[in-house]
Amino acid sequence: MDLQTSDTPLGRDDLARLVARDIATGSFVNLGIGQPTLVSNYLLPEQNITLHTENGMLGMGPVAEGDAIDGDLINAGKIPVTELPGASYFHHADSFAIMRGGHLDICVLGAFQVSATGDLANWHTGAPDAIPAVGGAMDLATGAKDVFVMMTLLTREGASKIVESCSYPLTGVGCVTRVYTDKAVFLTGPDGVSVRETLGCTLEELQELVPVPLKAASATAAVGG
Amino acid sequence: MLNFVDTVQEAVSGIKDGSTVMIGGFGNAGQPFELIDALMDCGARELTVVNNNAGQGDQGLALLIKEGRVKKMICSFPRQSDSWHFDAKYKAGQIELELVPQGNLAERIRAAGAGIGGFFTPTGYGTMLAEGKETRMIDGRGQVFETPVHADVALIKALTADGAGNLVYRKTARNFGPIMAAAARHTIAQVSGIVPVGGIDPENVVTPGIYVNSIVKVA
Repeated sequence: MDLQTSDTPLGRDDLARLVARDIATGSFVNLGIGQPTLVSNYLLPEQNITLHTENGMLGMGPVAEGDAIDGDLINAGKIPVTELPGASYFHHADSFAIMRGGHLDICVLGAFQVSATGDLANWHTGAPDAIPAVGGAMDLATGAKDVFVMMTLLTREGASKIVESCSYPLTGVGCVTRVYTDKAVFLTGPDGVSVRETLGCTLEELQELVPVPLKAASATAAVGG
Repeated sequence: MLNFVDTVQEAVSGIKDGSTVMIGGFGNAGQPFELIDALMDCGARELTVVNNNAGQGDQGLALLIKEGRVKKMICSFPRQSDSWHFDAKYKAGQIELELVPQGNLAERIRAAGAGIGGFFTPTGYGTMLAEGKETRMIDGRGQVFETPVHADVALIKALTADGAGNLVYRKTARNFGPIMAAAARHTIAQVSGIVPVGGIDPENVVTPGIYVNSIVKVA
């Protein structure tokens, strides 16, 4: 079995490049705050991707700099951005209807944990003194046709973030379809977790890190995009 | 009944203690700072405030919270790096928080303006934010029943009003403005410019004047 596609684990930028490569031409995409934002740096013009930002815009361009900074033109992370030709603005209820209504092709999110069946935990640690703040996380997890997660496979303490069932409060149930990590790309769904490619390790080495049964993805499931 | 008023103080003078006030804006974009400052000066207390966030830095909604005017926040994202006034009140047990996923918040506001008594949505199903709420399986998906959010007053910011009260907004500052204008019983809009009746192409009106009660120009 020749699953491995990289000799080394991927850094954040290489992982963002890998996600960007997997987004089909012409897709409508929402990139979550944090690591997923890096994906926009690696989208190619010929991919013709339209970015959605949930505060009310399609056709979002790169981060604004210098004279282009406009306080009325920000992304969901409240960072000044630019508009591309063909952009549109709409109010919040329409923006979330675009999401909830299944019109977005892909949403890329960060995560604390993903379960074997694609449950997502990414909004709240559940710590008693933490002020809960959800924003659009639950809407994003629920609405897009495909939900991709980008995260490191292991916590700082070395625990797998792919788990049998999430110990952190859930963001969405069974919503994640694909997980991009520094050590492997996983496909998740009702039938459990399969591995599309390993990055700098073997499937056997990966299995030692992850507490759920892993199998190699079938050839059809392994097709990108 | 549409009124054009000269000052933000006059615009907010009818807001009473205990009111539910929707405040537009996502972060600082579209936040009607001058109307919020006037609300502070008018002294209304025990307010329930509906906004996406719970104030940033030392301005606008953050100051209203700091001064103890807000009894309850209904919002999606109260925790930010500069939301220290909300953080302090929340940790001291001096402010209530109803946390709502952002899209559910928007749709609950829209529902209020549209006369909808509630709706089922997949957002939040199976999470702690759906605890205690009615659920159903619809089209094979678990869905949660959410109710409308009404308000006594909405404070919003738009770019331009015409003499009929029609509004247009600017870029992502539009955010909650149109749906809050429809949801509140009394909507106050601060605008950068006012043009005569007919000065906005009817095809380009975003908020029809029927939803707007008071307009004040802010320099």
